[in-house]
Amino acid sequence: MLRPETEEHLAEIVRGANGPLSVRGGATRHRPGPGEALTTAGLTGITLYEPGALTLVARAGTPMAEVEAALAAEGQRLPFEPMDHRPLLGTTGEPTIGGAVALNVSGPRRVQAGACRDSLIGVRFVDGEGTLVKNGGRVMKNVTGYDLVKLMAGARGTLGILSEVSFKVLPAAATEATLRLSGLDVAEAVKAMAAGLSSPFEVTAAAHDPATGETSLRIEGLAGSVAYRAGELTRVLAPFGTAEMLEPETSTALWTDIRDARAMAGDGDVWRLSVRPSHAPDLVARAGAEAALLDWGGGLIWLRLPEGTDLRARLGGFGGHATRVRGAADVPPEAPVLAALTRGLRERFDPRGLFSPALGENA
Amino acid sequence: MEMPKIDPFTLAKKETLVERLSRVLPQDAIIHDLEETRAYECDALTAYRCPPLAAVLPRSTEQVSAVLRICHELEIPVVPRGAGTSLAGGALPTADSVILGVARLTDVLEVDYDDRIIRLQTGRTNLSVTGHVEADGFFYAPDPSSQLACAIAGNIAMNSGGAHCLKYGVTTNNLLGVTLVQMDGTVVEIGGAHMDAGGLDLLGVVCGSEGQLGLVTEATLRILPKPEGARPVLIGFDSLEVAGACVADIIKAGVLPVAIEFMDRIIIRIVEDYAKAGYPDCEALLIVEVEGSEDEIEEQLSLIEKIAQRHDPVELRRSQGEDESAKIWLGRKSAFGATGRISDYMCLDGTIPVSELPRVLAGITTLSEKYGLSVGNVFHAGDGNMHPLIMYDANKPGDLEICEEMGAEILKLCVEVGGCLTGEHGVGVEKRDLMGHQFTPADMEAQMRVKDVFDPKWLLNPAKVFPLDVTADRRA
Repeated sequence: MLRPETEEHLAEIVRGANGPLSVRGGATRHRPGPGEALTTAGLTGITLYEPGALTLVARAGTPMAEVEAALAAEGQRLPFEPMDHRPLLGTTGEPTIGGAVALNVSGPRRVQAGACRDSLIGVRFVDGEGTLVKNGGRVMKNVTGYDLVKLMAGARGTLGILSEVSFKVLPAAATEATLRLSGLDVAEAVKAMAAGLSSPFEVTAAAHDPATGETSLRIEGLAGSVAYRAGELTRVLAPFGTAEMLEPETSTALWTDIRDARAMAGDGDVWRLSVRPSHAPDLVARAGAEAALLDWGGGLIWLRLPEGTDLRARLGGFGGHATRVRGAADVPPEAPVLAALTRGLRERFDPRGLFSPALGENA
Repeated sequence: MEMPKIDPFTLAKKETLVERLSRVLPQDAIIHDLEETRAYECDALTAYRCPPLAAVLPRSTEQVSAVLRICHELEIPVVPRGAGTSLAGGALPTADSVILGVARLTDVLEVDYDDRIIRLQTGRTNLSVTGHVEADGFFYAPDPSSQLACAIAGNIAMNSGGAHCLKYGVTTNNLLGVTLVQMDGTVVEIGGAHMDAGGLDLLGVVCGSEGQLGLVTEATLRILPKPEGARPVLIGFDSLEVAGACVADIIKAGVLPVAIEFMDRIIIRIVEDYAKAGYPDCEALLIVEVEGSEDEIEEQLSLIEKIAQRHDPVELRRSQGEDESAKIWLGRKSAFGATGRISDYMCLDGTIPVSELPRVLAGITTLSEKYGLSVGNVFHAGDGNMHPLIMYDANKPGDLEICEEMGAEILKLCVEVGGCLTGEHGVGVEKRDLMGHQFTPADMEAQMRVKDVFDPKWLLNPAKVFPLDVTADRRA
C-alpha cells in the first residue's frame, strides 16, 4: 500500500502513476475501488489550531479522534457533528478528517450549524496531474477567486487527493437537552419538527424514529438558556403532545445513535436520501422500508431494505437524491446537463482517469 | 487599470446584435443608444467607467437564455449586472460587451415556512427578501451593508457577507439552489430545497464565481426564524492590542456573539461627529451583539462583560433599550457614509487571522505614514474581515494612484500573515492583478479549469478575477 508521508511524496506518486489509484483515508466510510492502493493515513498532524480565532488546520490523514480530542481540550468542536460510519458499515480502522471532507459527512446539527462543506474554509490537494493546488485558507471570510473548497467537499476524491483541510470550529455547548414527543406518525412528526425548527428557540437537531414513534428535538447552549428554551419549545410542541425532557447524558447518547444511524443495524441495503423535509412522509410511505430514520427535520432519511431492492423504482422522481451507502454501489444519477458539467470537471482535474475508482463501492 | 483591447470586429456586430435581440426581447428591454448605455458604464467602483455596446433587461429565464445564445453565437462578451453596487468593479463593462442586467427579474416564486425556504428571481434586493418574510417571523441572514440596494444575483456572484457572519455564515451557507443559464443558453438546475448535493457541489463553486460561470436567474434561499431579541454592548479600550486580545478571549469563552465590530480612533471620531452615537473617544471600540430572550441576553452579556473587565476597558456600556441599540448600530453602519462626507476613500476588505490583528494594524499605520494618506479601520473583528478606509483626494492628480499602491501593500500584508485579498467584496477588476500574491500559477489554473467547463469560449465577464496576462490565451 502506498503511504506517502509528505505532500511532495504524494504529488510524486500521482505524477508517476500509470494506472488507477485506489485512494482511501481510514477506509471506514467506503470499500475502496480497484487500482493501486494509496492511503493518506500517513499525512497526519494538526498543523495549526487557534482557539481564539476558531480555526483548525490538519493534514488529511489525521484521525478524526485526534482532531476531536484537541478541540474538546479547548471547549470547542467541529460544528457539523460528523457521523462515524463504522457501526453502520461494519468497517474497522481509524476514520480520518480528510475522509469526512471527501464525503461531506454531516450529522444532526446540519440543520442549524451547516454541513461539513460549510465549516470547511481551506483545502490543499494533489490533482490528477500530480500538481499541488491550494484554495481557500485559514480565514472564515474569503471570496478570493473561485471556491474550490466547496467543490472538493463531497467530491469523493474524484477531482484530487486531499492533503490538508482547514475548518472554522465553534465553541462546544455548555449543556444540552432533548425534548421527546411520543406516538406521532411520520407526517405529524415532520410537522412537529418543522414547528420546532421554525421557532426562535434554536433547535440544533430534530429527528424521528418511526419504529418507536419517538420524535426528538435538541437544544444546546448556556444552562440558563437551555432551561428557558426547553420551556418555550414545550409550549410550541404542545399541539403535538406533551414533551418529555431528556437530561444531558441521555440526550448526548441519543444523538450519537441518530448521528451514526444505529437504527439501520441488521442485514440488507441501507439508503440515504436527501429531500425537501415536507416531502419526507410521502417518500417514506412509497419506500416501504424495513426500517426508517428521519433526521434534519425530515430532510435526511435513512432506509433499510432487502438486498437488491430497486428503491429508485419505488420512489419515482423527487426533488433531492438517494444513495445506497450499504450494499452494491449506487450513486444518484444526474440530469444530462449536470452530468456534462461533472464529466467536464473530472476530465480537467483528472485527465488520466486515475481517481475514477475513488467513487468505489459501498461497503 | 488595464482592460482587454477592444475588438473592432465585435463593435461592428452591434447592428446585427440589436436586430437579433429585438426578436427575443421587447424594445424597452434593449438599451443601445450611447447616451442611455452610460447608465451602465460603472458600478460602485466609480473610478473606472466605460459604456457597454448595449444593455439588456430580460424578464425571464427564457429571455436570459435567448440573449445569451445570441451573444454566444456572435461571440460577444457578456457582463452580468445585479444592482451595480459592486465595490470591486465586478459589473464594469468593456466597450465591446453586453451588460445583462437582472433588474426586472423580481418575482417571489415560493415561500415555505415548514421547509424554511424562499425561491425567487435574483433581481430582488437583499433587504426585500427579509421584508417579504419578516411579518411571519423569519429573515434572510446575509446582510451586506448595501443590502437596501444590492441584488441577490450579485450577492450570489460575490458570495456576499455582512456583519452577522460569525453566527450565520455568508451567502454560500444560506443558498440551497439556483437556476443557472450558461453562456451558450443552456439552463441548469443546481440544488433545490434539499440540503446537500447529490454529486459534485456545483452550487458551491457557482456561488462566488463573480458571474463568470453563468447567469443565476432564480435562487432558493434558506430563511431563518427571527431571534426574540438582540442587544449590543459597547466596549472601549485605550489600545488596539488589548481590544484584539479581548475579542479572542470572548470567542474562547464559549459564547458566540452574532457580531463583533471594531472601530479605531479615526473612525470613532468621524462617526461620532456625524451620527452622534455616543461613542467614547478612545483607541479602539468594540460593539458586541448577542441574541435571544431578555434572560438569555443577560446571561451572555454578563459573561462578555466579565471578560472585558479583565482587559481594563475605558468604557463598558450595555444598551438599555431598542433606541440605544439602534443608535449604536447607526454609528457603525454610517461609518462609510460619514467618511465619504469628509473625504474620498477607497475601502479594502482583506481578511486576516484574528490573532494577527495587532501586527496588521501596526503595519497599516506604518504604511499610512509612508504614503502620507490617512487610514481609518472599521471591521468585522469576529471573523477577521478588515475594512481599512484609505482617504485620498480624487481631485489631486496622482492621489488615486498613491492610494491604490498603498491599498495593494495593505492587501499583500493581509496575505503575508495568512489571510486573503478579499473577504466579501470580491476580486472584480480591483484586486485582479494581485491574485498572483495569493495564488501560485497552479492554484489559478485549477480555478480557470472550472470556467473552461462552464464557459469554454471565455465570454462571460472575461476581464475579471484573474490577471489579464494569465487569461490571455483563453480569451483569444
